[in-house]
Amino acid sequence: MFELKNISKKVGDGYHIRDVSLRLEKGSLNVLLGPTLSGKTTLMRLMAGLDKPTEGDIIFNGESVLGVPVQKRNIAMVYQQFINYPAMTVYENIASPMRISGLSKSDIDKKVRSAAELMKLSEFLDRTPLNLSGGQQQRTALARALVKGAELVLLDEPLANLDYKLREELRVELPRLFAETGAVLVYATTEPHEALLLGGNTATLSEGRITQFGKSISVHNNPVDLSTAQIFSDPPMNMLNVKKSNGEIEFEGEKASLPQELVSLPDGNYKVGVRPHHIQLVKPSEDTLTVTAKIATTEITGSESFIHIEKSDYQWVALTHGVHRVDIGETVPVYLNPSDFFFFDGHDKLVASPARLQGENN
Amino acid sequence: MSNTSLMSGSNTPTKLNFKWVTPTLYIVFLLLPIYWLVNMSFKTNQEILSTFTLFPDNPTLHNYAVILTDPSWYNGYINSMIYVALNTVITLSVALPAAYAFSRYRFLGDKHLFFWLLTNRMAPPAVFALPFFQLYSSFGLIDTHIAVALAHCLFSVPLAVWILEGFMSGIPKEIDETAYIDGYSFPKFFVKIFMPLASSGIGVTAFFCFMFSWVELLLARTLTVTDAKPITATMTRTVSASGLDWGVLAAAGVLTIIPGALVIYFVRNYIAKGFALGRV
Repeated sequence: MFELKNISKKVGDGYHIRDVSLRLEKGSLNVLLGPTLSGKTTLMRLMAGLDKPTEGDIIFNGESVLGVPVQKRNIAMVYQQFINYPAMTVYENIASPMRISGLSKSDIDKKVRSAAELMKLSEFLDRTPLNLSGGQQQRTALARALVKGAELVLLDEPLANLDYKLREELRVELPRLFAETGAVLVYATTEPHEALLLGGNTATLSEGRITQFGKSISVHNNPVDLSTAQIFSDPPMNMLNVKKSNGEIEFEGEKASLPQELVSLPDGNYKVGVRPHHIQLVKPSEDTLTVTAKIATTEITGSESFIHIEKSDYQWVALTHGVHRVDIGETVPVYLNPSDFFFFDGHDKLVASPARLQGENN
Repeated sequence: MSNTSLMSGSNTPTKLNFKWVTPTLYIVFLLLPIYWLVNMSFKTNQEILSTFTLFPDNPTLHNYAVILTDPSWYNGYINSMIYVALNTVITLSVALPAAYAFSRYRFLGDKHLFFWLLTNRMAPPAVFALPFFQLYSSFGLIDTHIAVALAHCLFSVPLAVWILEGFMSGIPKEIDETAYIDGYSFPKFFVKIFMPLASSGIGVTAFFCFMFSWVELLLARTLTVTDAKPITATMTRTVSASGLDWGVLAAAGVLTIIPGALVIYFVRNYIAKGFALGRV
């Protein structure tokens, strides 16, 4: 088990990491999710022992590892940039950690070949990394991390610089490969859907703090606060300020009645978050909040359309399936179902999430 | 064919082609002195002084024979090579760790120290001739190869640190960290992982050390008498009773150019980066 206890990292006057506590189980997959500059890499460097925390303690298998040099910790790390030893062949690159730990030649050979097999590198073992494609270079780095049999494996956006297809493939394989080694796997990413696809646990990071840690799907469905919800939504969650009184909510003069489960919320002002695919352009059968808004731009990806709409000071993105033909500048009604709403109070804490999800995960 | 059109160029302006002019002038200006030197080295003194010839009338290897058989000549080459090699080795072994520290660590006053390295290069070597002579005299180092090598280090070490720092800063820090994570100790990482990556920089740095030390005359002459006398000093002392030995001197010049030309050939692809102190 790997544990961070109230870790802080101060650089100059500012905190890069502030009071982070995490308990990561053996054989678990843990995603660090956060935008750039949220402190993912800093946190990983602290976990690896490349940097020392200003405050706090790091416990590994019941012992503090703060004073243990990187070389003596049994860890592996893969960076977003393809980091290999350019002067060595792929074979030597993969073999390098085992050469240092003094394994026998035949053991090394066996392990290198099986890792190369898994990473589809068998035919490139005699080349040097710079003569490989980006994907092959990164697979070399991953193979090196894999053969080491490290107890803590840190992957810092390992797939970010790869092309789409390769990313999909590796994303499926990676957790499986490392799970077999029983290591604590930490995977940093900026992409919410990657966290969901990988499964496991997710810790959302915002400005050097962990805002929430738990099963990826439950963090996604029940974010504790607004910033977690924002981090775990791409495109960003659409925000609107509503006023609740009795069984109704009011937004910019439009009213809608609340579903039964939400009527008990105290009256007052709320910030409401709506996921992009919950903004509907076609009137649904249920009772909805209907807002007339102006179409700003549209982005069509082929199977989906992102429609950017404006309503007074609000800017929203609606994600719709199929290709919708809408004219820019046109004013259209959009339909928001209150049962899809995430309600946040004055302190940005979640007070209600879509009711049907409440029932599933809690 | 193109010649005929060029000859009649003034009459048929459409056919004019002056592309050859620039490269020709360029080569003539650059190679004229070297051509003259090589030409002279194959002539007899008689021919050099009496007639004007673009090619030796009676090509002779006598001048080269003199140099390769007379110890006072060939010892000059040996002495030069010894202290140049010493200088290169000392400079690299000092500059490699220094450059690594400057490229990887932040410490108090690092930028100032880095800049101050260059201050020694701002003074002409002549400034240091006197203190070096006095210092080495007191230690009994005058007329030894190590004396010249050490004196040259004053100029080559700062330059080497600057060049190597540039090359090393181009190597991602993550490679260092990956090596530590893999379990490499610092010395092992430096020799097995880092030096191969910085090899082109090390080559260029060695070249600059060689070049500076090989052509430097003033300090080398001041600090030596006979045992470690460099070839460049020998060449300036060839006025004998019979006058100046032009042919031998020219042959010595040709032989002095060759090592430099060889070294340049090996680092030719990196040399521009070296002149930019590794910062490209």
